[in-house]
Amino acid sequence: MAWTDKRPMSPHLQIYKLPMTAVLSVLHRGTGAALGVGGLLIVWILARAAGGEDDFAAANWVLSSLLGKLVLFGFTAALYYHFCNGIRHLLWDIGWGLDLKTSKHSGQAVLGVSLSLTALTWLVAL
Amino acid sequence: MSTTQMRTPLSRAKGWGSAKSGTHHFWVQRLTGIALIPLTLWFCFGLASLPSMAYSDFTAWVGSPFNSVMLILTLMAVFYHYALGLQVIIEDYVSDHAVRTAAIIASHFVCIILGVVGVFSVIRISLGVAG
Repeated sequence: MAWTDKRPMSPHLQIYKLPMTAVLSVLHRGTGAALGVGGLLIVWILARAAGGEDDFAAANWVLSSLLGKLVLFGFTAALYYHFCNGIRHLLWDIGWGLDLKTSKHSGQAVLGVSLSLTALTWLVAL
Repeated sequence: MSTTQMRTPLSRAKGWGSAKSGTHHFWVQRLTGIALIPLTLWFCFGLASLPSMAYSDFTAWVGSPFNSVMLILTLMAVFYHYALGLQVIIEDYVSDHAVRTAAIIASHFVCIILGVVGVFSVIRISLGVAG
């Protein structure tokens, strides 16, 4: 059933500061969802390339323009974050690092490694 | 009355309970995730190392047999992984049962279509480069 109760809800996000691990969890879901747009973009670029040189002109513009490069940068940053945190999830699945302290440290490592991978990729690209 | 199920008749009639294939979903999500570890690295560094994004450079990279195979594997893994993840998000946030079911069906169909378009494009480019 749809939510029909009109009484106000107790505020939480506007009041409590989320722990770092919680923010990383939300970010994992957020980047995961947002990466779908990137996937769509990649399929579009591939379809254009399959269509021939003329069709590819629009895709080439996307890949070469400043706006396009910014979008791609955001895409790789989201991708690497989701990638590194995904590995952290897999490690949790085999039971490693589930305590709070290790979780915080692995979370910081995820942030560090994903930023490094993003920087490294763009160093190679440009 | 079945002796293998410790359920009341009402609970059996209602049909609520386990997600039935929840374990399979969990496992395939991990499987595609693991596959995407090498595939993602290959994809990002492969594209980054292209000399330019001109049509010739791009299609030459995509069209090489190794890269075509890798791209197809990546596309399949990505869209399967994405479809499963999107399903979890929809299940979490859409409360109306009918809307939720429709959304899950639509999300799976969109992912399949995108995957097929992607694979078809890679094959077309590859055959064009080879020809």
